[in-house]
Amino acid sequence: MLAALIIVFREVFEAGLIVGIVLAVTSSVPYRLRWIGGGLFAGLVGACAVAAFAGTLTQLFEGMGQELFNAAILSTAVIMLTWHNVWMARHGREMANELRTMGQAVVDGARPLVALATVIAIAVLREGSEVALFLYGVAATSEGGGRALLGGGALGLLLGVAVCLATYFGLMRIPPRALFRTTTVLITLLSAGMAAQAVFFLARANWLTSFDQVVWDSSAVLPEGGVAGRTLKALIGYTDQPTVMQLAAYVGVILLTVILMRLTAGTRAPRVIAAE
Amino acid sequence: MLVDVVRKLMVVAGSLGVMLAMTQAQADGRNEICLTYANGQFEPKEPTVPADAPLTIRVKNLDAKAMEFESETLKIEKVVAGNSEAVLNVRAVKSGRYEFHNDFNEKARGFLIVQ
Repeated sequence: MLAALIIVFREVFEAGLIVGIVLAVTSSVPYRLRWIGGGLFAGLVGACAVAAFAGTLTQLFEGMGQELFNAAILSTAVIMLTWHNVWMARHGREMANELRTMGQAVVDGARPLVALATVIAIAVLREGSEVALFLYGVAATSEGGGRALLGGGALGLLLGVAVCLATYFGLMRIPPRALFRTTTVLITLLSAGMAAQAVFFLARANWLTSFDQVVWDSSAVLPEGGVAGRTLKALIGYTDQPTVMQLAAYVGVILLTVILMRLTAGTRAPRVIAAE
Repeated sequence: MLVDVVRKLMVVAGSLGVMLAMTQAQADGRNEICLTYANGQFEPKEPTVPADAPLTIRVKNLDAKAMEFESETLKIEKVVAGNSEAVLNVRAVKSGRYEFHNDFNEKARGFLIVQ
């Protein structure tokens, strides 16, 4: 039972962190729970579909289907997160400054939620498909230990929800104005980390093998598989043996986000930038 | 001026292409091993492979349940559906003992001996 709890918790942990961050990011947006709920639901349906067709997916692209699928959905998430940040650079301040008179911002506010809902769906899809496969295997054997294992899995899921809530309430303790800046940094690093992971999967698929020299090895100090390593991996894309290409993707996404945010914010409200 | 820039870009793109082609060629000289997974056990449990060469691991899952083949030190993980097989690419690694396991079953583990 404990083994099942650990296996399920390990998978839902990352999705829990991401959903918690999105909840905090959208804390001032009305009707956000519909979008977030929709993202969760789409992710769960997708996870079951991926689990059901896991064998077929693996065989695609000369056996590299899983790697390329992961790279594709991670890249989508990177685009969505960058889009969100850029959109918020233009409208976020208006929304934060005039919380009570949102009017048009409410209507506009629905737009970046498509991006964030997609990110949630992707996070749930990635982690959920493995949970679904594991629990399906457990249920299929359905011997005496089956029920205890399912119980452990359910507890693991609940712990994942707890991580999500802890992230959300932790972030909500930050004052609103600082929260905007904090979540922008968090989302940027999250997206840079996903880009580095996408590069990792492309390398595993042998689609992108250039510049694959390992830059450093910190696995002795902070192993990627440990609790701290996993948390940092989920939040900022930490890896204990990054390649040149992964670092390039990481830095590239950060630079691109900063440049795009400056450009869009600059066209509308140059005074805000100047005031900083 | 513009012609100059375009020419430089073409040279850069060309050399990138050559580098890509070279790494692709290197990828062809890889070693391959085959692991079988049945009744919650790997076979062989401690395969040996040469060091500093890229490796392909073919995992055959003979159990009805899906498994997730994973090695944190080799930086690989992949779901292998029940009664099917999957191929994993491992980058060239130094000699040593590298642990691998089924992420869905704590008891199933083995070591890749790289010499």
